[in-house]
Amino acid sequence: MLDKILIATAVVLTMATFLCLFRAAAGPTASDRVVSINVIGTKTVVIIALVSLVFHQEFFLDVALVYALISFVATIGVAKYMEKGALE
Amino acid sequence: MAVLVIPVLAAGIFFFLIGVIGLLRLPDAYSRMHATTKCDTLGAGLILFALMLYAGFTPAGFKLLLLIVFIWLTNPTAAHVIARAAYRSNDVPFCEGSFSLDRTEGGGRQ
Repeated sequence: MLDKILIATAVVLTMATFLCLFRAAAGPTASDRVVSINVIGTKTVVIIALVSLVFHQEFFLDVALVYALISFVATIGVAKYMEKGALE
Repeated sequence: MAVLVIPVLAAGIFFFLIGVIGLLRLPDAYSRMHATTKCDTLGAGLILFALMLYAGFTPAGFKLLLLIVFIWLTNPTAAHVIARAAYRSNDVPFCEGSFSLDRTEGGGRQ
């Protein structure tokens, strides 16, 4: 029964991801888009963790860790580019 | 176990949905950031904590703990860096009716 609840959680988070995608497409400034992409990255990490426990594949958690790391580095890079206009 | 896991999962989904509603409805980039950081820390933290309860004392539970610690370290940092970049790049407008209390030189550009 808990497996089905975890799958339902993943489905709800996926729908929320599509709502965030609307803000990423329509956001008036670049920082709106960066914020929205950051939230989508966090949601993806949580969805990967949920899928890992539903299907009993523990190595997916490593994928989630690496995804969180890459998402953080990408956000920092884009923010630096927005601030300085160049990556130095 | 389900008695513990389901309420924590529900609270996590609640905070995620609140964050998404804030991201869609709030007027400018700074207030959207304010909404989404709650969704990042509390929503992701609570859902991963529920998964940790579900996994128990296993290597998977330890990895989930690592994931929670990492998300709690990085997401506020990322939000801070985005907000600072948006403020300093001078092309992200504030919403109507907002004013600044920053009296230093270069602050209070509104």
